[in-house]
Amino acid sequence: MVGYLFLTILVFSIAAFFVGRSAGNRFVATNGVSTHSLPGYHGAFVAVWVGVPALVLLLLWLMAQGSVIDNMLLSTLPATLTEAASAADKNLLLSEIKNVAAGRIFAEPTPEITAAAETLLRWQQIASWLMVVVVVAAMLLAMFFAYSRLAPRFRARNGVEAFTSGIMIACSIAAILTTIGIIASLIYESIEFFKLVPVHEFLFGLRWEPQIAIRADQVAGNGAFGAVPVFVGTIVIATIAMLVATPIGIFTAIYLTEYASDRVRNIIKPIMEILAGVPTVVYGFFAVLTVAPAIRGAGNLMGLATSPNSAIAAGGVMGIMIIPFISSLADDAIRAVPRSMRDGSLAMGATRAETMTKVLLPAALPGIMGGILLALSRAIGETMIVVMAAGLIATLNINPLDSVTTVTVQIVTLLIGDTSFDNPKTLAAFALGLVLFLVTLGLNVVALTIVRKYREQYD
Amino acid sequence: MTDATLPTQVQTAAINRARLRNKRNAADFRLRAYGITAISIAVGLLGILLFTLVLGGYSAFVQTHIRVDFPISAEYVDPADPAEGNWRAVVSDGVGALLPSDSPAQARQIAQILTNNTQFFVRNAVVADPSVIGGTLTLDIPAADIFDQLNKGNIDRNTPEANRRVTDQQIEWFDSLQEQGRVSTPFNWGLFFNADSRFPELAGLSGAITGSFYALLVCFLISFPVGIAAATYLEEFAPKNRWTDLIEVNINNLAAVPSIVFGLLGLAVFLQIFGLPRSAPLVGGLVLALMTLPTIIIVTRNALKAVPPSIREAAYGMGASPQQVILHHVLPLSLPGILTGTIIGLAQALGETAPLLLIGMNAFITSPPGGVLEASTALPTQIYIWADSPERGFVSRTSAGILVLMGFLLLMNAVAIFLRQRLERRW
Repeated sequence: MVGYLFLTILVFSIAAFFVGRSAGNRFVATNGVSTHSLPGYHGAFVAVWVGVPALVLLLLWLMAQGSVIDNMLLSTLPATLTEAASAADKNLLLSEIKNVAAGRIFAEPTPEITAAAETLLRWQQIASWLMVVVVVAAMLLAMFFAYSRLAPRFRARNGVEAFTSGIMIACSIAAILTTIGIIASLIYESIEFFKLVPVHEFLFGLRWEPQIAIRADQVAGNGAFGAVPVFVGTIVIATIAMLVATPIGIFTAIYLTEYASDRVRNIIKPIMEILAGVPTVVYGFFAVLTVAPAIRGAGNLMGLATSPNSAIAAGGVMGIMIIPFISSLADDAIRAVPRSMRDGSLAMGATRAETMTKVLLPAALPGIMGGILLALSRAIGETMIVVMAAGLIATLNINPLDSVTTVTVQIVTLLIGDTSFDNPKTLAAFALGLVLFLVTLGLNVVALTIVRKYREQYD
Repeated sequence: MTDATLPTQVQTAAINRARLRNKRNAADFRLRAYGITAISIAVGLLGILLFTLVLGGYSAFVQTHIRVDFPISAEYVDPADPAEGNWRAVVSDGVGALLPSDSPAQARQIAQILTNNTQFFVRNAVVADPSVIGGTLTLDIPAADIFDQLNKGNIDRNTPEANRRVTDQQIEWFDSLQEQGRVSTPFNWGLFFNADSRFPELAGLSGAITGSFYALLVCFLISFPVGIAAATYLEEFAPKNRWTDLIEVNINNLAAVPSIVFGLLGLAVFLQIFGLPRSAPLVGGLVLALMTLPTIIIVTRNALKAVPPSIREAAYGMGASPQQVILHHVLPLSLPGILTGTIIGLAQALGETAPLLLIGMNAFITSPPGGVLEASTALPTQIYIWADSPERGFVSRTSAGILVLMGFLLLMNAVAIFLRQRLERRW
């Protein structure tokens, strides 16, 4: 029914377009160039008037219909059923009626319920026909209204363009709405969490044991939500990743900008892009299957106690993932240094290494720093590698051979499976998410500011 | 200073200069060596990554099958209603004819050489062609995982029996089947046409591929029009004021927000507030669309910037309105660049895993989704599920799944590069 109605709206709009356009054609035929808008704009004007209000009306109707019918249904039920009922009981009652109406009968329903189910079915029928009538009437009315406005001097184009502008502005605001949605949902759930667990305990507590009992009779920990071990683990893994990625990335950029021939660059650049394009779940699998056992074997060979999900394996693989990120940003930064500075240095007899280390790198340093900060923010927010290769248990240590956990790992483990929004375990994930969002946002803002400032310097 | 010391001074100076020059050249050489080392490490690591994936994954592209003759007697299967036959009995008859067994217990063990779902294979074949009832039906049935691994050489026969996952007896059975010429390893079409399963030998990617397709479709249908409209407005029409600055900064930052935060948004808004179904490709697509939106906006703005002013001026000169200039002339000319960027953005979205985990697209689902509202997995989450499964067969399936995913990514990027080279105009 609803699908056909959407189709009807589409057909009506198209028909309206042709009606409007033929009117436009008539104007052109009679009035010639003094017609304000092209025939197509007359058509589009009518089509927009027919289609858009009907579409909005239909969507609003679909959103409201369910709850309106529910309320009407509750008011028809005998008072004995609804008088003392709580909201949850009423919902239960409604879903029972709906089940009966849909023919999913589990136990013999009471006569009241059966009667209500019949009423529901009748009303739903009426509502859907009413919806069709209302929408079609709205379209006809809009058609009449829009068509009556068409005239040779009517500014149909301005009307259509105002509509298009409105759509474009709405789309630009979608990006803002996403940010607002992120911030609002994180903050809202975090506030719920901080009602259960005080902020200072979350930020400064040293024990993280979120596995609390769901049922009263379950054997489980009491729950402790001190996130310091999680933060420390994140820092350890991100540090390892940066220690791997920064030198390799920067030396790669140096070589590619200063030493490599065009042919070598044309080979290496795509390889770096492949490295950047590998999905993170693939890196995670690589870390679990290849790197972690190798590191464990090496550690055992040297007589060091190495955990099977050591921080160094997860961090190292994360470093590999970040190499192309740093190398391309450093490459951009070095290239942005004006050529005259490089040529001047070489003309004074400096070697290429001296030019690089004494002229280009110092000049490009802000850009490179910005790149490193962006990479750090990515390392902190990276999820799949650590979910697969790092540990789950939060222990307060900084030994890279031991297993540590990170913010993202905890978010995923807390939220996998069924989630209910009233226990601290689920809400803790949102508090961690808020911290993650704020830290990465801070890093990004600083990095982008540095990069922009630096770019302006040479523009 | 006397005359006698002069030559030595000149000499020392020359020696010092030579020493300095050598030192400086050595420094230059060192920097170059560091660069080459760094690149070799990066390329080498990529090589190791790809090598281990191919090495681990290629064996999952073939599957050990065992040819079994099933006598389909009318006693077990009613020709009028073949679907309701006693398939367990049919299968045990067929398996009993394969190898001699001493006891019912041993016969059951022999039956475990075949996959657990053997009866469904037989049933489907008979339902498709009821004329075999009363005769014999010969089918190639996938072997159970341990025998598949044995056949592929992933189980070392020389290890002591206690440390091995197959017993000596099982090896003997398998070898005797091999002597009978019943074992074959054809291409594993099941990898692409089966949905997920608890049994590695039957698990395939069709559910994940369909789920990913639906999610990407939703992602494209939302992010492409919205992204282009937003970018066109911001680049061409928006007044330069504090609000549009805010939108710009906001979009740049959104592009760098960790993907898992988008998952939290999806969980809290789409599932919790809007009440959309868990694990549905629709929700996955919506989350991916929000993530892809900044990418599309940024590439569209760059593509619009690349259109030379002469086009705009010519259009204005002909009396076009600002919207006509952009929508009729500039935007169509920048479309190749936008498409290229969009495909690359969609390829990123295809590989994205973390947000999909949070909205439940890592469920165990044994049939491909029939629409965007049905529960489903996606390719990367399927890889994650398999990577977590303990059976040996899933290790190679994981690698094979990764190879399939990377194949799709490669294809999308190849299309993007092709579009860029064929359609993009240099002004």
